[in-house]
Amino acid sequence: MSVRATFATAVRVLNQLRRDPRTIALLLLVPVVLIFLLDQLFHDRRQIFQQIGGPLLGLFPLITMFLVTSITMLRERVSGTLERLMALPLAKIDVLAGYALAFALLAAVQATLVSIVAFGFLGLHTQGPSWAVVLLAVSNAVLGMSLGLFVSAFARTEFQAIQFMPAFIFPQILLCGLFTPRAQMAGWLRGISDALPFTYAYDALSRATQRGLFDGRFALDLGVTIGVTVLALALGASTLRRRTG
Amino acid sequence: MIDYRPMPSAPSIVVDKLRIRRGGVIVLDDLSLAVASGRVTGLLGPSGSGKTTLMRAIVGVQIVESGTIAVLGEPAGTPPLRWKVGYMTQNPAVYGDLTVRENLRYFARILDAAPESVDEVLETVAMTSFAGRVVNKLSGGQRARVSLATALIGSPELLVLDEPTVGLDPVLRRDLWKTFNELAEQGKTLLVSSHVMDEADHCHDLLLLREGKLVATGSPADVRAQSGKQDLDEAFLVLINEEVE
Repeated sequence: MSVRATFATAVRVLNQLRRDPRTIALLLLVPVVLIFLLDQLFHDRRQIFQQIGGPLLGLFPLITMFLVTSITMLRERVSGTLERLMALPLAKIDVLAGYALAFALLAAVQATLVSIVAFGFLGLHTQGPSWAVVLLAVSNAVLGMSLGLFVSAFARTEFQAIQFMPAFIFPQILLCGLFTPRAQMAGWLRGISDALPFTYAYDALSRATQRGLFDGRFALDLGVTIGVTVLALALGASTLRRRTG
Repeated sequence: MIDYRPMPSAPSIVVDKLRIRRGGVIVLDDLSLAVASGRVTGLLGPSGSGKTTLMRAIVGVQIVESGTIAVLGEPAGTPPLRWKVGYMTQNPAVYGDLTVRENLRYFARILDAAPESVDEVLETVAMTSFAGRVVNKLSGGQRARVSLATALIGSPELLVLDEPTVGLDPVLRRDLWKTFNELAEQGKTLLVSSHVMDEADHCHDLLLLREGKLVATGSPADVRAQSGKQDLDEAFLVLINEEVE
């Protein structure tokens, strides 16, 4: 692993994003608009807004980074630049870490912006410190990035990559406990929920925002989130082949 | 005392009984050849003859079924070679959403080359005045030159260039061939593929490939003598047809 190559890759990815101001605007503004919509939707039922606003805020970066990464990595595979990089003195982990660094930075900006709006203007409360929410959002973004990286290996076209979002992300949103508390789920649904990384990301956010609970279960949540991130990155690295047929 | 260092005249590339299958089809079969150091070797043949596959194998990004390739005295694709071998892919492998300079700077950082090397290679490929332009806005020939520039960064000992002059105007083509010869005079080894036979006269040595097999080798004069034709285009047609019969 080379720090120089990792930084070079991160700078390159950020430069590419810089060339695409519309994507940056969408990445930064869409979560803000959505949280505002949520605020208006539960105008008279503040308790619901308080309950789901915090966790949602931390899940936006996960979803957007999943999409952005799977498309960007697919492009890199299809355009031949990945093959070119594999002929250079660059470790696979340098490429992945470079991507992670660039997107984590973007996620931090995204999470900070939506937090400022939600906590500052919409009256969203959090029991834990607000920086903890931003930090969780960034770690979720890196989780989304690593998942996106992994699934990009299974897509041949951008259409397919986009379809991984409803296939891969939506079931996790449904089962993470946001719509129905996990305790009320049928046994088999809870079994599936137990096996999905979103469940732990959501639980950590919900503990941090609503109860300010940084207990053993919170530690487990964090451990699972980081563990799955590392696992997905390792699996993603194994899909970057130096030699192809 | 015995000097174990390779003689300066030792070939840079030695291919021995190489066999490669792509998509179930045998593309190269029992191919053996050598590429001399400090010379420009032209790899010629009709499209689909296996030129790109051979080059991919030499730079170590192609899965090889059997046989060996030694590059600068080491098995092809080993990590130290990634510093010493410059590779230009057939389709320009550069980032379309970056400027010319940003692209080259990225490659320079990975190769730990001095920042000035970017200006040098820009000069070599006559793209200095386009340094600030986004690659997507360039013509096909200009994009090919950026891709060539990425291969020149870090002044590698061996250059593997896959159709570097395709789509370029005659003046530029002449200039590039002049550059290739100058690089060889400085001691670099160049393997340059082309399907345009009239470029063969710019090379010191020729390798003529047809359907994955070597049909002729030697200097342009040798090839003329072998075929009994003065015009290289006709010489190759004779040699290719001889093989068929």
